[in-house]
Amino acid sequence: MLQLLLAGVAQGCVYALVALGFVLIYKATETVNFAQGDLMMLGGFFALTASVIMGWPYWATILFAVAAMVAVGMLIERVVLRPVLGQPAFTVVMITIGVGYVLRGAVTMVPGWGSDTYTFPTPFSEGTFKLGGVIFAVQQVAVIVMTAALVAALFVFFRYSKLGVAMQATSQNQLAAAYMGIPVRRVNMMIWGLSAGVAAFAGILLAPMTFVHSNMGFIGLKAFPAAVVGGFGSVPGAIVGGLIIGLVEALAGRYLPEGFKDVAAYVVVLAVLMIRPSGIFGETARKKV
Amino acid sequence: MRFLFKTDYAQDLQLFKHSGQVFWYGLLSAILLAAPYLAGEYVMSQLHFICIYSIVGLGLMLLVGFTGQISLGHAAFLAVGAYTEALLQARGVPFFISLPVAALLSGALGWVLGLPALRLKGIYLAIATLAFNVIVEEVIARWEGLTGGNSGLHLKPVELFGMRFDGEASFYYLCLGLTALSILALMNLLRSPTGRAFVAIRDSEISASCLGVNLATYKTLSFALSAAFTGIGGALYAHKVSFISPEQFTLLQSIELVTIVILGGVGFVHGAVLGAAFLIVLPQLISIAKDYLPSNVAGSGLQAVVFGLVLILFIIFEPHGLYGRWLKVRTWLELFPFYRRGMFRRQKSYMKSERLR
Repeated sequence: MLQLLLAGVAQGCVYALVALGFVLIYKATETVNFAQGDLMMLGGFFALTASVIMGWPYWATILFAVAAMVAVGMLIERVVLRPVLGQPAFTVVMITIGVGYVLRGAVTMVPGWGSDTYTFPTPFSEGTFKLGGVIFAVQQVAVIVMTAALVAALFVFFRYSKLGVAMQATSQNQLAAAYMGIPVRRVNMMIWGLSAGVAAFAGILLAPMTFVHSNMGFIGLKAFPAAVVGGFGSVPGAIVGGLIIGLVEALAGRYLPEGFKDVAAYVVVLAVLMIRPSGIFGETARKKV
Repeated sequence: MRFLFKTDYAQDLQLFKHSGQVFWYGLLSAILLAAPYLAGEYVMSQLHFICIYSIVGLGLMLLVGFTGQISLGHAAFLAVGAYTEALLQARGVPFFISLPVAALLSGALGWVLGLPALRLKGIYLAIATLAFNVIVEEVIARWEGLTGGNSGLHLKPVELFGMRFDGEASFYYLCLGLTALSILALMNLLRSPTGRAFVAIRDSEISASCLGVNLATYKTLSFALSAAFTGIGGALYAHKVSFISPEQFTLLQSIELVTIVILGGVGFVHGAVLGAAFLIVLPQLISIAKDYLPSNVAGSGLQAVVFGLVLILFIIFEPHGLYGRWLKVRTWLELFPFYRRGMFRRQKSYMKSERLR
């Protein structure tokens, strides 16, 4: 039982990281990035290149993949999203879907990547250890610990760094932020970079569990429920939502008939949307005329 | 350039605004009616698909283009239409009953999906419809007693009043007729009070409700009608491919259906048909282009890249889609040396927030 919960939490951590990427971008620019899963996939491929083809150590792999993805994220914002800044939500959703298609297709064209499936080696091998009668998989514990570390780092960044505060200001009110002398467009670009970096991190954590392949990004579709359950505009909500979805999936896979595992996340999200459309941590402000 | 002088209120309601339109649409119909005698078997098969996707596109256009709601779940309605048709046909129900039933069932399901739309807006609605699509797909895959699960269902050709629509030409006329009826239905709907209420909701929900439009009724009605159109498309689709299984109705299919509306031009009835034609022709162009490209580029990913790029470029450079481009060309010709570059320019602005701060 505890093992099941642990597996659920580990899976939930990955959902939470992808959902975190959604939330960061949504908070800042009120656009939902449907390509988040594909950014994660691309991060996974960068990490694969660094560790397998170039033979770098694990920490250097992480740094390389995250740095590369920050650049990619900023590039996407500059080239694709800035021209449609201020357009209706639907337009922007469709454009990010287009970005996702391009990334998914482009990966198969890169020599050495292609449409094959790769295993991703990590220093935390398949080992397990026992603690108080429960068997822990090292892999899962590592995922949980690294997620916690990243979330802590992000918290410190948003709380204490000048850029982090500027990002918060932008996400609360772009016009007011612009009046306060914050370069809103540049901050938006950096938020996209940050979000892509988080996605790369999620990709690295997910890679040992699912293998690296060009359709890995579809897990991003599972992170939507996570983001919605937590409340789309809330950073702690994304983490909690991710954990909830991970746990629900693990439990549904164990106790409910076959087939419910894949749908469980979506049933939960429909229920949440019916009862509390803004999610658990979402703000419930009303628009007044 | 033609100047219309309206001398009667009835002129505002006419389907054809002037005799030029009558002539050009008449010519188009004549060409389409003659198509089986002009085109080969392969082209005919593509024309079937264009007709079917046009019907689906019209349904989506009603929802996305005229009511301003988002749906990433229309493949679910396509599936419901297709499966209803397949199951009814297997039980010997004639086509002229099973087609309306398919439309009705899809419409009923659309009404159900429309209920959350009353509380949800924008992105939340997109995710609710996305979740709905995944659930419907999974239900179809798991309900093996009824739907045959992942092994799918086979269909026989349409049979209507003793006539079998199994040839390329006969099935084409069936699709074409239903497409024409759908277009007429949509045009008539849009000039009725109901259609104007839809457009009012799209432009501003608050002002629409102030003017006495019941948001709840009209939003669910829009979802239901849109789903019914899609259901008709689904029934024809099932007959066209003659084998249906859950993996034809995934989220990716939904996204493809939405791109019909985006590429054709959001908010134009013509856009649905143009978008459908473009979506069908694009893969053909790609497969032709593949012969001229190096082998590692011309792999399985090429289609996704081209599809994504087309979507991105259209949204950035031609947000009104193919029909919007045509409007620009026509305006340029009509106004000939007086066309200005900025006539269709979008207003740039800071984000208008839906949140309250």
